[in-house]
Amino acid sequence: MNDGNALYRFLQPHAPDFVPDWGVVLTVAIIGVSIVIAIVGLIALAGTWAERKVSAHIQCRYGPMYVGGWHGWAQALADGIKLISKEDMIPVGADRMLFMLSPSILLGSVFAALCAMPLAPAFYFGYIDLGVFMILAFSSLTTIGVVMAGWASNSKWSLYGAMREAAQVVAYEIPLGVSLLAPLLVVGTFNMVEASNAQADYFGMGWLAFKNPFVLGASVIFFIAVLAETKRAPFDLPEAESELVAGFLTEYSGIRWSLFFMEEYAAMFLMSVVTAFFFFGGFESPLSYLAMKSFGDGYVYQVVCFLTLAAKGSFGIFMMMWLRWTLPRLRIDQVMTMGYKYLTPLALFCVLGAGIWEAIKHAVS
Amino acid sequence: MSEQTTQYKPSITIADQQAAAGKGAREFMMDVRTTDLEVNMGPQHPATHGVMRILIRADGELVTGAQPHLGYLHRCAEKIGENVEWLQYLPYTDRYDYLSSMNNNLGYSLAVEKLLGIEIPRRASMIRTICVELNRIASHLVAFGTYGLDLGAFTPFLYCFREREWLLMLFEKICGARLTYSYLRIGGVFNDAPPGWLEEVEQFCDVFDEKWVEYRDLLMMNHIFIKRTADIGVITPEQALDFGLTGPMLRGSGIDWDLRRDMPYMLYDEIWKAGVYQIPLGSGAQGVLGDCWDRVYVRVQEMVESIKIVRWCLANIEPGPTIAELPKVLRVPPGEAYVGIENPRGELGHYLVSDGGKVAVRCRVRGPSFCNLPILEDIMPHTFLADSVAIIGSTDVVIGETDR
Repeated sequence: MNDGNALYRFLQPHAPDFVPDWGVVLTVAIIGVSIVIAIVGLIALAGTWAERKVSAHIQCRYGPMYVGGWHGWAQALADGIKLISKEDMIPVGADRMLFMLSPSILLGSVFAALCAMPLAPAFYFGYIDLGVFMILAFSSLTTIGVVMAGWASNSKWSLYGAMREAAQVVAYEIPLGVSLLAPLLVVGTFNMVEASNAQADYFGMGWLAFKNPFVLGASVIFFIAVLAETKRAPFDLPEAESELVAGFLTEYSGIRWSLFFMEEYAAMFLMSVVTAFFFFGGFESPLSYLAMKSFGDGYVYQVVCFLTLAAKGSFGIFMMMWLRWTLPRLRIDQVMTMGYKYLTPLALFCVLGAGIWEAIKHAVS
Repeated sequence: MSEQTTQYKPSITIADQQAAAGKGAREFMMDVRTTDLEVNMGPQHPATHGVMRILIRADGELVTGAQPHLGYLHRCAEKIGENVEWLQYLPYTDRYDYLSSMNNNLGYSLAVEKLLGIEIPRRASMIRTICVELNRIASHLVAFGTYGLDLGAFTPFLYCFREREWLLMLFEKICGARLTYSYLRIGGVFNDAPPGWLEEVEQFCDVFDEKWVEYRDLLMMNHIFIKRTADIGVITPEQALDFGLTGPMLRGSGIDWDLRRDMPYMLYDEIWKAGVYQIPLGSGAQGVLGDCWDRVYVRVQEMVESIKIVRWCLANIEPGPTIAELPKVLRVPPGEAYVGIENPRGELGHYLVSDGGKVAVRCRVRGPSFCNLPILEDIMPHTFLADSVAIIGSTDVVIGETDR
């Protein structure tokens, strides 16, 4: 694992002699985790601000305009300070232990999943052969946190939210995983860096979704399943503001509540990035192709790749916001019907189609 | 703890259940024990549009029973009506259904005018009609927008409020208030429309005609919206008549009854005979006759019909006095009068009894929201929890009026 870590490769030659190898690994781990935490914090800050601005502009409003001067950029920071300084309330009758634990589980699982995400072709915390598998596994853990939160709150609305989340995630894990199989069949690796490198042809536009029509279909299914996984509208039933007050979040306030939000935005970004990696080119774009051609795979290329990935992730988040502020919410039975009756068979069909397409392509060439 | 603490005691205890189930089942009953969940929806809940409380019995997501509870906003309006002078009661009428204050003013004024037996000037009637119909639009915009909000569509709500804002600005220009107008007085209207006001109303009509199509396509014809509202909360025509529903709730079930045409007041008879407007009815276009979609669509169509009435008034308005000559201290001849008008939510009736004095002997209000509410108990069971929100929204109750 250490051989693949860019930080380790950078630090190892500079380490003094008396520092043992595990000391370097520990330093790398601490730096890496700090970077991930910084990324999550940044995403949450930028995400909440962007959500307000996007929703505002969709709704013919301005959104925050005063805090910080330029278009209220510091609004999210001010909100964060407010949330931190709020009283930490735990309802009487709540299961205190679970109540306090659940935001940590949610956030922890997203941190763990983010650690598997490469930031640039040569900058990652681990060259993990089952990278995307790890991300899916850890992001499924968030459900446990939500169910815990709902159960521990000792509120009927929270319990409803938790049960909905459990049912919804079980229904949508299947199309999520199955539709991801289609690009995996084409690219032949679970490793996200390798998957990205495989899409560098055609001037950086050899994206898997364009190479195989069934993968394009699978990308739509994957994105819908991602919406359900990350509890975004029109699948925001666990929160369902107008039905369940705030669902599993009803009894949470202050900093714990904001931890849920951090998790939500980090998960949104993470899933957008996974979508980008396995359907829409990962690091690859005409820009990164140009950088590669003119500067080689040095720092310029790495930075351009990182920015490309960030742009794709942000666009994914923007799509989610756009949908949220446009569509009404589905009902729980409709959500279930869609997951089990339509998305799962369609995802299987896409995998089958992608396989046959690849086989024919192979036979022809 | 002290003895004063009252403990919640369920009617059937676990011990009772175990005894009833017999010895063998005891262990099983301890583990798996399912009962209906009783959920208090409200008085603090985003979907109850105020302080209504609905006690829902739910089996998981399935609602098995629902009972509305009222009284959180009771302000003794009727009793106040028997203790203040005729004119002084007018501001209290604003506060029953705060989304259609003009209509409330009109209902009360018409009832008093009927007792007085006075003619009101034609220009006053015209301005009244314009205000009342614009207020109907403003009220339906809220109903429509918040209905989207109930179903999780946030954006149409703000679009509706943009148009409503313009209407409120128009009301502010004519009477100085945005919500509680007290503008339609006994004998006419408080003052004439300021210069340029009628032209601005015309501008609003032009803009609204375009926007209306937008809203219809954005929300009413949205696939998810139709899936959420069609076939849900069906009120059959018989049921609608049995419960004495009025307004869009009744017309949504396909029953052609509109007080503006069938028990005309003011100029509505003339307007109807001029063929200006139609009365939209539910048709079951997307599902069954009388479902939530029908009720909401009736409201959406009514907005356009109101625009037509406003346009007719703007075309036919003539200069003249705007209020009848009345003494400062009003003494109403003895007698009784009932006037029902078509409020945005249904029939708003005022029953007034006078003994010839300065105050009413009896002031009874028949509120449409209050009379439309009991049907919830019949149509809410056997739906999903999310549907119950859709059904409450489609009844479009204003709690200020159910409680008064």
